[in-house]
Amino acid sequence: MLNTLKHAIQTAELPHHLSITLYRLTISFFLAMFLGTAIGLILGRHDKLNNFFDSWLIILLNIPALVTIILCYIWFGLVETAAIFAVVINKLPNVIVTIREGAKNLDNQLMEMAKAYQFGRYKTLRHVILPQLSPYIMASARTGLALIWKIILVVEMLGRSDGMGYQIHLFFQLFDIASIMAYTVSFIIIIQIIETAILKPLDKKSQRWK
Amino acid sequence: MNQLLVDIKKKAFPKDGGNETFTAIADLKFELSNNEFVCIVGPSGCGKTTLLNTIAGLDNEYEGSIGTNNNSTKLCPSYVFQTPRLLPWRTVLENIQLATQSDDSLPSIISILQCLGLSDSLHSYPQHLSLGMQRRVSLARAFCVPSNLLLMDEPFVSLDQTTANNARELLLSLWHEQPRNVLFVTHDLNEAIALADRVLFLSDSPSHIIAEVKVTLSRTERTTAKINEFKDQLRKNQPNIQQFL
Repeated sequence: MLNTLKHAIQTAELPHHLSITLYRLTISFFLAMFLGTAIGLILGRHDKLNNFFDSWLIILLNIPALVTIILCYIWFGLVETAAIFAVVINKLPNVIVTIREGAKNLDNQLMEMAKAYQFGRYKTLRHVILPQLSPYIMASARTGLALIWKIILVVEMLGRSDGMGYQIHLFFQLFDIASIMAYTVSFIIIIQIIETAILKPLDKKSQRWK
Repeated sequence: MNQLLVDIKKKAFPKDGGNETFTAIADLKFELSNNEFVCIVGPSGCGKTTLLNTIAGLDNEYEGSIGTNNNSTKLCPSYVFQTPRLLPWRTVLENIQLATQSDDSLPSIISILQCLGLSDSLHSYPQHLSLGMQRRVSLARAFCVPSNLLLMDEPFVSLDQTTANNARELLLSLWHEQPRNVLFVTHDLNEAIALADRVLFLSDSPSHIIAEVKVTLSRTERTTAKINEFKDQLRKNQPNIQQFL
């Protein structure tokens, strides 16, 4: 298997497909996190909106990933946008639900303080709200990353002609277990790098006041 | 002239659940002028905090008016809450700078912090400070903000006697240095007499003013004995505030 991994790296096949998958992952991850945080924050702070969208959220949360992926491909065609859109749609409800819980638990005393001292919207968001949401954001970033990996491979398998998912599907047809394992190992390495190089330091930074 | 006019006709809250309302304040009217230090004394639950929140603009759903005597000066309050309410993830200095909204005030912030004995804790996080120090930081924050009205909501509760006394002295010396109108809420009449130019007594809710007393003692002679003497006089002259004495 290690030989296969080495060979795949040397022929630049694995780096090529891995980087394409990583590119899709990055875009859909940040889109889902950004939109999810914004929507979650709004729903958590406005009861009326929340009551209205609550059942929609539950529906979105429970639609099987495969259904949204196939629908996206049928509606938008087998294009890159459809692929990324499908991933975002699958991840978005999870982020919204997590952030919404955080937004409901915001400290009202600090919000009053911010209002009394006329912080304004931007300062309140940056210095009062986001630090309180950071545990929730980190939680949904971690679970989100894991979920997006899984979904993105299905998306690639079904409708793209490059990326890790496409390759694994190919190996499946050839019964090439060694290659499948080699690709999986490269995954695990990448995930570990993201965890130790990005998420852990972010955790540490946001908790330094404790 | 630096003046505050408060005239609240009615301030009501919806009672939890139903359509009924609970009237917290009714026909409450008073004014502050010339950098006066006014204490508000009232039974607990009478709407003192509600009153301060309304003046601070945290709650705009009331009938009546709150403002200054001329329209050109905007009411610009700073607020010392019952708990320090510092952002735990920002340092002492950052907490104050966020409230003051300008960077050029650094020397004045540092001089105020020095005055309060906090110059070593500029870059500490609030959770690493004692409660007394956190309260001093929140006091410093209120004085660093360019305000024309200082609202204080029992800022020295749950401090031990000595710490509270020191904090009161610091408050007075800061106020002498940077005079402004102060509205200080407390349930402790001794504290009120020790600090104020004037004491307003509030009734149970719906609260209104039942008595107004000028503290005739000069600030240098407000010892415990003198304060008790003053209370004895009140007992004789003001029959309607016996419940507070």
